[in-house]
Amino acid sequence: MGILDTQGRIFDIQRFSIHDGPGIRTIIFLKGCALRCRWCCNPESQEFKIQEMERAGKKEIIGRDVTVRDIMDEIESDSPYYDRSGGGVTLSGGEALCQPEFAAAILKACHDRGINTAIETTGYAKREVLEKVIPHVDYVLMDIKHMNGEKHKEFTGRDNALILENAKYIAEMANDMTVRVPVIPTFNDTVEEIRAIAKFAAKLPKVMHLHLLPYHRLGRDKYTGLGRGYALDGIEPLPQEKINTLYEAACESGLIVQIGG
Amino acid sequence: MENIKFCIEKSARIGKLIEAMYEKLPEIEADRGVLVTESYKATEGLPLIKRRSAAFAHILRNIPIVIRENELIAGSTTVTPRGCQVFPEYSYEWLEAEFDTVATREADPFYISEETKQRLREVYPYWKGKTVSDLAKANMAPEAYDVFMNHGIFTVGNYFYNGIGHVCVQYDKVINYGYEAIINEAKAELAKLNFGDGDYVTRKNFLDAVIESCEAVIEYAHRYSLLATELAQKEHDMGRKLELIRIANACAHVPEKGARNFFEACQSFWFVQMLLQVESSGHSISPGRFDQYMYPFYKKDIDDGVMSIEEAQELIDNIWVKLNDINKVRDAASAEGFAGYGLFQNLIVGGQDEYGMDATNDLSYMCIEASIHVSLPQPSLSIRVWNGSPKSLLIKAASLTRLGTGVPAYYNDEVIIPSIMARGLTLEDARDYCIIGCVEPQKAGKTDGWHDAAFFNMCRPLELVFSNGYDKGKKIGPDTGDVLEMKTFEEFYDAYKKQEAYMISLMVNADNAVDAAHAMRCPLPFQSCMVDDCISRGKSLQEGGAIYNFTGPQGFGIANMTDALIAVRELVFEKKLVSMAELKEALEHNYGKGLRGYDAEKLTTEIAQKIVESGNSLTEGDIKEIYREVTTGEYLTASTKKRYDEILELIAGLPKYGNDIREADLFARDVAYTYTKEVEKYKNYRGGQYQAGLYPVSANVPLGAQTGATPDGRLAYTPIADGVGPVSGSDRRGPTATANSVAKLDHGIASNGTLLNQKFHPSALAGMAGLEKFVSLIRGYFDQKGMHVQFNVVNRETLLDAQKHPENYKNLVVRVAGYSALFTTLSRSLQDDIINRTEQGF
Repeated sequence: MGILDTQGRIFDIQRFSIHDGPGIRTIIFLKGCALRCRWCCNPESQEFKIQEMERAGKKEIIGRDVTVRDIMDEIESDSPYYDRSGGGVTLSGGEALCQPEFAAAILKACHDRGINTAIETTGYAKREVLEKVIPHVDYVLMDIKHMNGEKHKEFTGRDNALILENAKYIAEMANDMTVRVPVIPTFNDTVEEIRAIAKFAAKLPKVMHLHLLPYHRLGRDKYTGLGRGYALDGIEPLPQEKINTLYEAACESGLIVQIGG
Repeated sequence: MENIKFCIEKSARIGKLIEAMYEKLPEIEADRGVLVTESYKATEGLPLIKRRSAAFAHILRNIPIVIRENELIAGSTTVTPRGCQVFPEYSYEWLEAEFDTVATREADPFYISEETKQRLREVYPYWKGKTVSDLAKANMAPEAYDVFMNHGIFTVGNYFYNGIGHVCVQYDKVINYGYEAIINEAKAELAKLNFGDGDYVTRKNFLDAVIESCEAVIEYAHRYSLLATELAQKEHDMGRKLELIRIANACAHVPEKGARNFFEACQSFWFVQMLLQVESSGHSISPGRFDQYMYPFYKKDIDDGVMSIEEAQELIDNIWVKLNDINKVRDAASAEGFAGYGLFQNLIVGGQDEYGMDATNDLSYMCIEASIHVSLPQPSLSIRVWNGSPKSLLIKAASLTRLGTGVPAYYNDEVIIPSIMARGLTLEDARDYCIIGCVEPQKAGKTDGWHDAAFFNMCRPLELVFSNGYDKGKKIGPDTGDVLEMKTFEEFYDAYKKQEAYMISLMVNADNAVDAAHAMRCPLPFQSCMVDDCISRGKSLQEGGAIYNFTGPQGFGIANMTDALIAVRELVFEKKLVSMAELKEALEHNYGKGLRGYDAEKLTTEIAQKIVESGNSLTEGDIKEIYREVTTGEYLTASTKKRYDEILELIAGLPKYGNDIREADLFARDVAYTYTKEVEKYKNYRGGQYQAGLYPVSANVPLGAQTGATPDGRLAYTPIADGVGPVSGSDRRGPTATANSVAKLDHGIASNGTLLNQKFHPSALAGMAGLEKFVSLIRGYFDQKGMHVQFNVVNRETLLDAQKHPENYKNLVVRVAGYSALFTTLSRSLQDDIINRTEQGF
């Protein structure tokens, strides 16, 4: 059985993605995540199991099992645009590292075809998983959400120790890495916290860029569609002045900071 | 920080010119109509071509002239801004019939004064039976005329009622050498004639007509010189006085002689551009490669230090404004098809030169900058893209696209050059192509392309398959057998091809009839003297004087036909989920969504007859009630309607063209061949070949309104898909998937042009990264041999708000089809169609 026969579970493929990594990209959304971030805008991605979600009054099946072969055609059909724009494929989720065999197989298959690869990750994974996957990644976009373990656990369901340790390890191994910070009111939207994250990120080898991703509510309806409550109800998106203040705080680290992906 | 080349400040003058031009509703003026009639009455004994030049000369000697406030370049076809003249020699009855409604109609209204109406009423009787339109009708086979007029399968209306236009002449020749040189060329040809030549008469008459026309143009320019002098004498503002004196000096010299500097080149260009639109009412008089033929003048003045880049930019901007000053009134139906006062003056920059080198220069950028400054529908700005195009030019173009005025359109040299070479152009001529009107490639100064010759609705032959050749109760198509008896999909598809091929033959008959009528009634000596080889052949363009002769009728509805044929194949023949009888009935009843017009009347009559036959009587009120139910669909039982909805649901679940599904897209290619390969079998009146285009301009809306329900789930009377793009709303996988699908069509064979509209939200082009990715999208599409693409960059909310509050959006320009128009001047249904085109980007 070759890598093309490796099976995995995805819930979406989004082409012409122009705000997630360099160039024009195709994003493969893998299903299942170890974290349960309260602000998650893709709550349908969290469970590994195939689910039903109601959207605009219609029931939709979220999740399908595919082999790498099944999705390579669609990935390859946008090759002219990757070539022209310096784009490629991005694995997202969920957490792609929760399906390490599958993730590694897609990335390897892309590399075999000369397609640039990227991964968006929480960094929450075992060391041997990183060893399997990261060598096939050209560009890592990794979240650092909070420096305080307890607060991290409260809002995401997991402690941050493994993530911070992995950040160092991934940065060593990766060709290129950018740190991303979802900026969530009541969680990490203080100058002190952003400053601390940026300081940590600046010390990581190869990391030059930091992206601040301000909280938005676009995923809220999906919680209703899944029959779940929305933990951040009543929380407003950040005002622009606040974003600017946090931007300046992040810049103190010496990293190149941008708002949005 | 965005680094974009040639960002030049806009001069205050340009804003003032635009404001003055859009103050009032455009007005119809009578002068040309009256003058042409006077001349025709006075020249009845002369040969036709001489009557044409005499009429042109009479018009130019007597038509009122004005120099508008603040303008740097002189020459207007009407006294009022954006006004239009009339051309009764082509047709007039429609306008006379619309005298009292033309000012209030929805699409492209024009004001007309009582005095103008009166003046035109006095001259119109002279033209009865003498117009191009009258002769075109007489030339047509009755079968072709009937289908054209009464059945809406194709229309040749554009050239049936109007001049042909659709040409790019030798601007360079006039600008460099002047009409003096053309007169000398004609005289030299006259001197070469032998008394014993068989064609002595026709050649001599034509050359005489050329000379008379050119002399009239020189005289006309001198009138402007005098007027500018008079105005300068009265002018108190010193700055303006000098500008007027400069105009006076220029018009005394050009276009009689070659221009001496960039300013004179602009003035000379302008006379050519506007006077072509006084000689005939044809639109799509396209300036072509303006950046190429103007560049030597620009370069010299910049190098000599006599002109700044800002001064050059202001002159270009002024020309851009004036291109919007020329206008044309069309009949109400055509106005829907070409909505937005469009004159389709296509001007193209960039691309390769005749040697295959990149031809981009400063003016290429400055033309884009002018469109950024002026932000009006004209000119239809185009960009030629090839593998060697500088990135900075494409970034500049993308920065214009981002403004959302629908320009520029992007064209792919790598497809177009081989495509037109396959039609017989030399390699050098093909490399030097420009675009005419919407999307039609031609070699300037050598071609009579007859582009835009007809619209052919590819959905209608399918209806004829279901009716076995009947439309509105009349047999108009061939016998293809009872659709219910068809055993295989191939049989069904063959029937479609047979109906379509027959209708194409009628369209060709109609086009050739119109073509001949133009040669017999309205040859154009002035236009012809700027296209090779009219002078050396001694005959006009209309009589076949050009080196390259084509007729390009465009088919549309590929997306609907592809999806429809897939539906028939899958649901009826392969999976047998719907019987042919059921589908036929569902189509006849518009899937239960109500009927209109002829269909509704016919069904009402049938229902009423049945009731009467069963012994019941009906009152007028009862019949009205039946009619109402027929129009809403209430006459059907709930179970029937439920079944129709099920069928629609089944259709919705099928693969659709436009989503990068290989099988569906390759089928679309085959469907396109049924049109393109059939069309190219034919020859035209001038001895040239037919070549197909694939695009509807905006005729997909009015002609869709005459089309019944189709098996792709499209409801009756709704628009047909636009361009070669997918059915509105069925493209769900983003712009790359759509582009990949469209690229799978064979664009090379559609050498009269194809058209892909994509719509973007402005956020997709934000920042330098956005522009770069956008350029990559175009590049990726062109790498796969796409021919053309253009973009509407505006969000849905903006358009909806513009419908509600048109007064706030007077300047909102959107891309309609092969051209841009002011959104608020479009009809409601066309506005809706634009809103419904899927918005790409995130």
